[in-house]
Amino acid sequence: MVQTLATTLVVASLYALLGAGYVLVYRASRVLNLAQGDLLTLGGYFLFAAAAAFPGAPAVSLPLAAALSALTGVLVYLVLMRPMAGHPVFAAVLVTVTLGILLRAAIVFVFTDRTRHPLQNLALTNPPRPLPGGAVVSTFDLVMIATATLLFVALFLFLRLSPLGIQMRAAGERSLLASQRGINFHGVFALAWALAAFAGGLAGIVYSSNVRLEPSLDVLGLRAFAVALVGGLDSLAGVIPAAILVAAIEVLSIRYGNPLLSDVSPFLCLLVMLLIRPWGLFGTKEELERV
Amino acid sequence: MGLGGGYFKTSHAADLSLVDTHLRKTALAILVIVLLTLPRFASGFVLDLASQAALAAVGALALNVLTGLAGQISLGHAGFLAAGAFTTAALVERGVVSPPVTLAATAIVGGVLGLAVGIPSLRLRGLYLALGTLAMHHVVLYVAGEMQARAGGNTGFTIPPPRLAGFVLKGTVAWYYALVAAAAVVLLLSVNLQRSRAGRAFMAIRDRDLAAASVGIDVARYKLAAFVWSSVITALAGTLFAWQRGFVSVEAFGFFVAVEYIAMIIIGGMGTALGAVLGAAFVTLLPYGIDAAVATLSPGAAEYYVFPAKFGAFGLLMALFLIFEPLGLVGIWRRVRNWFFLWPFRHRPLRASS
Repeated sequence: MVQTLATTLVVASLYALLGAGYVLVYRASRVLNLAQGDLLTLGGYFLFAAAAAFPGAPAVSLPLAAALSALTGVLVYLVLMRPMAGHPVFAAVLVTVTLGILLRAAIVFVFTDRTRHPLQNLALTNPPRPLPGGAVVSTFDLVMIATATLLFVALFLFLRLSPLGIQMRAAGERSLLASQRGINFHGVFALAWALAAFAGGLAGIVYSSNVRLEPSLDVLGLRAFAVALVGGLDSLAGVIPAAILVAAIEVLSIRYGNPLLSDVSPFLCLLVMLLIRPWGLFGTKEELERV
Repeated sequence: MGLGGGYFKTSHAADLSLVDTHLRKTALAILVIVLLTLPRFASGFVLDLASQAALAAVGALALNVLTGLAGQISLGHAGFLAAGAFTTAALVERGVVSPPVTLAATAIVGGVLGLAVGIPSLRLRGLYLALGTLAMHHVVLYVAGEMQARAGGNTGFTIPPPRLAGFVLKGTVAWYYALVAAAAVVLLLSVNLQRSRAGRAFMAIRDRDLAAASVGIDVARYKLAAFVWSSVITALAGTLFAWQRGFVSVEAFGFFVAVEYIAMIIIGGMGTALGAVLGAAFVTLLPYGIDAAVATLSPGAAEYYVFPAKFGAFGLLMALFLIFEPLGLVGIWRRVRNWFFLWPFRHRPLRASS
């Protein structure tokens, strides 16, 4: 029981990090970033490269990998997404699909598709931690939960209180009005992409330290978009309950069903949600009319 | 007396005909002769490539009706293909190998699935619909995966070649003719569908569903019709795929396959049958073209550099087309054609008739 709960929380944290990436980009530009999973993989490989460059110095390589992830987000916006302004939204979504393909090709080209363990070069270990109630989680499982919690607290504070965060919300609501009020919405969109890539990169950094690193990790991203949609594509707060819900269903279905069923369970959640409440648990209903 | 200033259609029959000018008739005749005689001078490898392109064209034409004409986005076309292939496999498992029965069963399964995916489209638009089709794709793959696991944990199903009244469809040449014929039939159907009432209704819905409803088009019915048309043809293509390969496995129908089909209609040119065919040929041949290019440029290249090169080139081309040439190959072709069309003195100038 405690083990199930703990596992659910770990999976939910991973999904929440990825889901935050989906929602940030969607709120800013109404584009669903289908490359979020590849941004996760990229974050993991940035860590692998940084750990190889600065062996035994996690204080350098961890922030470096996260910063490189955020920088990738800005570059993606400037090179790929900005030219798509004014094109149909679906074309922009397809561009994110091609971004995923390009990122994956680049990763395999540079790092090959061998399975890696970035932790080996970081001089860190991942010892198991017993929890009260007989459950066991690994250290980086706890790091994953902490990362997701910290990121969400930081995002809430940023969007609520900082002027830039308020500008970002304004640009997401009505980009035309926002630009008339002097908000540099290209800057805001670039920031949204940077934050999304940063969140995805963090997920990749922690996940690859915890489990393993290989190019096929991008399927995690596809599964996490179910979370974003169940919570409501335009609702950052909705990501958390949705992540817990989807993760719980997944963990339970692997326990009482089989691995194949647990692989597909996020998509079943997505389908059910689309049929009964397409705008998600906490999304706004008007969103449906805007796409 | 000459018709000055261009080519005019002067009868109803001329207006209805698909190939109107002499130039087009000649070009079509040459194309047909080349396709018919290709097995005489081409190697088995080339024939196999042509068969693959023809099969891809069937799927791309079906997707084009749904996405290009009716404007309903589907990220789940690999799921329809898988449904067709696995229906075939399920029938083989139960000892049913008669081709007409298989085709009918596939068409029914495809149609029902298309209806199931299409029903959410009555409420959902754009992105949300695309997500629904993507989720459906994963559900179909899950069912197929369960089936594969139940069948004894083997890696896939072996499918015997179809036989009807003593004739066995087997071998590269026979399959080349069969698949090219199938592509030609679907092409003809698609072109005719586009100029029919249904095709015009699809395009009206694509451009603005509210406006389409206000001129009396039953939006729900035509949306579902587009889904069913597309899914039936794609599922039949899945059966052809299963028969031709002789082997069906879940791994052959991943998300990337769906992306490839979308790439075909984007690179070819959304909303045109010609574009779907061109795009299918292009996307099918691209990896082999890159193989050949790598082999000539750097013969000793490591195997694992070839895969990312192919993958990356595919992604790059798709991105370039999306950003710079949304009309695809057809758009380029039209520009070239118009350039020649506007070439001075191509047509006899208008003369006052006396």
